[in-house]
Amino acid sequence: MGFLHRHKGLTPYLLLAPGVLWLGAFFLVPLGYLAYQSLQTGSLDVGYAFTWAWGNYWDAINNYSSYFIRSLEYAGIATLLTLLLSYPVAYWIAFRGGRWKNLFLLAIVAPFFVTYLIRTLAWETILADHGFVANTLRTLHLLGQNGRLLATALAVVCGITYNFLPFMALPLYVSLEQIDKRLIEAAQDLYASHFNAFLRVTLPLSLPGVVAGTLLTFIPAAGDFINAQLLGSPNNQMIGNVIQAKFIQVSDYPAAAAMSFVLMGGILIAVLIYARAVGTEQLTGSAAV
Amino acid sequence: MSSVVSAAAPPRRSFWSAAWAFVRRHVLTAYSILFFIYLLLPIGVVIVFSFNNPVGRFNYTWQGFTWNNWRYWDGVPGIRDSIVLSLEIALIASLVATALGVLIALALVRYGFRGRGTTNLLIFLPLSTPEIVLGASLLTLFLNLNVAFGFWTILIAHIMFCISFAVVTVKARLIGFDRHLEEAAMDLGANEWTTFRKVTLPLIAPAILASLLLCFAISIDDFVVTYFNAGSQVTFPLFVWGAARVGTPPQVNVIGTAIFVIALAAMLFSILIQTRRGRSATA
Repeated sequence: MGFLHRHKGLTPYLLLAPGVLWLGAFFLVPLGYLAYQSLQTGSLDVGYAFTWAWGNYWDAINNYSSYFIRSLEYAGIATLLTLLLSYPVAYWIAFRGGRWKNLFLLAIVAPFFVTYLIRTLAWETILADHGFVANTLRTLHLLGQNGRLLATALAVVCGITYNFLPFMALPLYVSLEQIDKRLIEAAQDLYASHFNAFLRVTLPLSLPGVVAGTLLTFIPAAGDFINAQLLGSPNNQMIGNVIQAKFIQVSDYPAAAAMSFVLMGGILIAVLIYARAVGTEQLTGSAAV
Repeated sequence: MSSVVSAAAPPRRSFWSAAWAFVRRHVLTAYSILFFIYLLLPIGVVIVFSFNNPVGRFNYTWQGFTWNNWRYWDGVPGIRDSIVLSLEIALIASLVATALGVLIALALVRYGFRGRGTTNLLIFLPLSTPEIVLGASLLTLFLNLNVAFGFWTILIAHIMFCISFAVVTVKARLIGFDRHLEEAAMDLGANEWTTFRKVTLPLIAPAILASLLLCFAISIDDFVVTYFNAGSQVTFPLFVWGAARVGTPPQVNVIGTAIFVIALAAMLFSILIQTRRGRSATA
């Protein structure tokens, strides 16, 4: 304690040290190793050598572009779906929830209490070929006699949407809940219709929540491979499936490492395009929350 | 009296405009109810199929009710060990990550120092990196250093991705913290350590509890990062993954249901404590 009194400036660094060192050693350093690995050539048998093999990146983009595009596409559609599905509910809880707000919020995060893989397997049961949903759709002739729900792009996108829904709904709720209700009343006093007050006041004020929710949903969704594996067919495989197979089944580490960085680059570009569209101050604002 | 006034006052409205007003008033509520059904439906399926008596290997269609899956919950080889391993990892990881997270949060909220922005970024980055990249990069680290995969590599990985969640949770509580309370304790002669133990710690205790619960939940649910760094060890999610390839036994649903019920109870308990504390603080 005496030592701390004499060197007061050191205290924050001592507090930070253990956690920051942990993140440095097991988050930053591994990223460095991944980058190093991505520029190597060789195989598991003969060993790998660092050769500045930028060709790994070229091969990753050339040979697997359809997987990258499919990943961003599925993740993008699923993110849009989570936004459209959960905005009305977040609005309803924030403005009409009353004293049951906490209970509704608990219901929103309830899926997280069931193991990720088990809730995805539950969708496998629901969408199964002779399940209730598929049979009903066949009876209504909305689905052909040999039509399937499982092992389609639709099933994968639905699975991703369901699994990441709370990541969208919660930030939306937080930003809607923080809105000063008097601003909406003021708009209505100035003869704005309900719809116009929503469009000009509520919606812009909830944008930080939209941005935060979009990032929290899109980034993990783009790297996901569980939904594609359990609910999709080989034609619906995402880049996560390829990276996972290259690392664990094929042991082609340099190619898999290069793909990981291409994936991160793709996500970064998508986020930057999005940031330009909604305005950067929204993005940094949501990051600060 | 009032009925006379209200009967005379409103202009006569047609049936259709009344119906339209009714729809407008309730459409959002009706949608929300449907939304919650959609959200909770898979959970219902998990619970119901934990009582299924499946024929053959696949637990996809309802065959009949039985208690046997619950009675013989560890009747599948390997399931018990996987649960024990998951619980051990989640317990240690949540304790260590929360301790490290509290220290970082204290430094970030309490002190101005060089490198604060960088530290904030370092906390934020793991949260915005896809899990597959977190898992893959740790895998290459351990491969290059020739570390044997198993319990310790899983634990290291879990602590790593839990720290950021712990920091964010505790920071939120510390920001709304009245520092006069600590100054008062110091004015009354308490030293820094006593002040921390008697004033600061009790006040951030709910945030610490929330952080422990969150880290425990994230750790016990993690599949991707564990899959890359487990070696031959099998946590519960890895067991489910392996089982899903050959046909999931109903015992998986039993464990899933049990985890759900326990997590729900812990969450309700945490909410109860926070509202109680909130009430006593305002009273």
